[in-house]
Amino acid sequence: MLSASDVIYVLEKMGTVIAENKEYLTELDSAIGDADHGINMTKGFDAVKSKLEDIKQKNIDNIGEILKITGMTLVSTVGGAAGPLYGTAFMKAALAVMGKTEVDIRDFQNIMEGALAGVKMRGKAEISDKTMVDALEPAVNILRESKDKELNEIELLNNVRLAALQGMEYTKGIQARKGRASYLGARSIGHQDPGATSSYLLLNTIYQTVEEIKGKDINGG
Amino acid sequence: MKKLINNPDFVVEEMLAGFEAAYPEYIRKLPFHNVVVRKAAPTKGKVALVSGGGSGHEPSHGGFVGKGMLDAAVAGAVFTSPTPDQILEAIKEVGTEEGVLLVIKNYTGDVMNFEMAGEMAQLENIKVASVVINDDVAVEDSTWTTGRRGIAGTVFVHKIAGAKAEAGGTLEEVKEVAEKVIANTRSMGMALTPCIVPAAGKPTFTLDENEMEIGMGIHGEPGTHRDAIKTADEITEHLLSKVLADMSLADGEEVAVMVNGLGSTPLMELFIVNRKVKEILTEKGINIYKTFVGEYMTSLEMAGCSITLLKLNAELKELLDAPADTPAFKII
Repeated sequence: MLSASDVIYVLEKMGTVIAENKEYLTELDSAIGDADHGINMTKGFDAVKSKLEDIKQKNIDNIGEILKITGMTLVSTVGGAAGPLYGTAFMKAALAVMGKTEVDIRDFQNIMEGALAGVKMRGKAEISDKTMVDALEPAVNILRESKDKELNEIELLNNVRLAALQGMEYTKGIQARKGRASYLGARSIGHQDPGATSSYLLLNTIYQTVEEIKGKDINGG
Repeated sequence: MKKLINNPDFVVEEMLAGFEAAYPEYIRKLPFHNVVVRKAAPTKGKVALVSGGGSGHEPSHGGFVGKGMLDAAVAGAVFTSPTPDQILEAIKEVGTEEGVLLVIKNYTGDVMNFEMAGEMAQLENIKVASVVINDDVAVEDSTWTTGRRGIAGTVFVHKIAGAKAEAGGTLEEVKEVAEKVIANTRSMGMALTPCIVPAAGKPTFTLDENEMEIGMGIHGEPGTHRDAIKTADEITEHLLSKVLADMSLADGEEVAVMVNGLGSTPLMELFIVNRKVKEILTEKGINIYKTFVGEYMTSLEMAGCSITLLKLNAELKELLDAPADTPAFKII
């Protein structure tokens, strides 16, 4: 179980990781896009960070509301294509847990189902189009299949981020069929998709941060 | 980077402030948004047209706000789509009971941001429809790509759909005529020199002294190929042949021509291009009904041009001829 303040902590960590990878994401984008993915995502998550301060001050503990505010902030600050895509992802994720003050792994599955559906709806992309979907869909599949397996939350979140990592790596070998990169045709092959990369980074952050939080619990911290 | 600016972070805001100061008789800027609307907006009883996109394409789109064309233009950061909250403000400011038509250039970011704004407006009970312009024949149009880009042909959509709205067309009728224009408009461009996005501070690509890029997009996206620089006649022949190959134009049919400068190509050169356009079309028996030569859809200080043809019928001719009075486009 994660509390609202745990979720806020995860969102703050996401901002830190995106900022740390600002140059890297922009560099990937300059090869096949318009060289602004890291810059725009950092701008967006910086804005989220200050919204999270508001949320803490107002003691908002509705996790759906927190995710909705995050999504709306990303939409109005990131710009380009990433803004509507991540914004829609967070807003659809919010609907899955509206009113909840705690979330478990099945809630997380619903969050991710909502996020994936939102991204596919907004971007009209499918798997193998060389987009965020290539990282997100395999990650959601792990959650879908996990019901019958006996794994603890941390093991499961690790498998989720590994699936996203594999999906991100997979984008290197395929041709872009959506977004600005699609104009390059076969010339987009060999380049890793910046959107799939930022999606992996966010899922990796969820895994690492939840592990950190749970580690503290076990150690009585 | 050598530019006549103060701070790269404020170029859009400062440009809009200067634009508002220059044309107070036509437009006003919304105080907290990068949105330009008609001075007396909303125009009651008329479908409203809202367009916009990244900045750096001036006079697009703010220059076309006024009677007979747009009701509002939303300016994003340089070459970056405006966000849905900005677009929504524009829709709310100019929206009427007759509805709002969003005129969108076909770029992934623009389409998504405008669609989101449209959905948000519908939640506020504003009737919204949209059209997406894709006139650039340099990009392959297939289900396997994002599709063709929207470039200078957009201005014909502003003009003709704007005239239809001014004449009292319903939202469905205005959308339908905009789609007719899109279906009958084709463009292709070329660049001689790159441009510098102020925030980036360096050119997005480089071209050698004797090189040009054919099919270059208005944000410096790659075109079909690079080639050694040729004469204006040869370049015009190539661009026009690509445009014509993508249209069905029979002997005796009529077109409107637009020769558009990308930012730092002198009018002298644009007229030299237009001379050849006239020669080629005359040879083919295609009648030129009206010609527009100048800067309509620029790409900062890029040198180069695009050529656009719009195939006309009686309805489109009448709407093209209807009066328009905007800072950057006038038909009396």
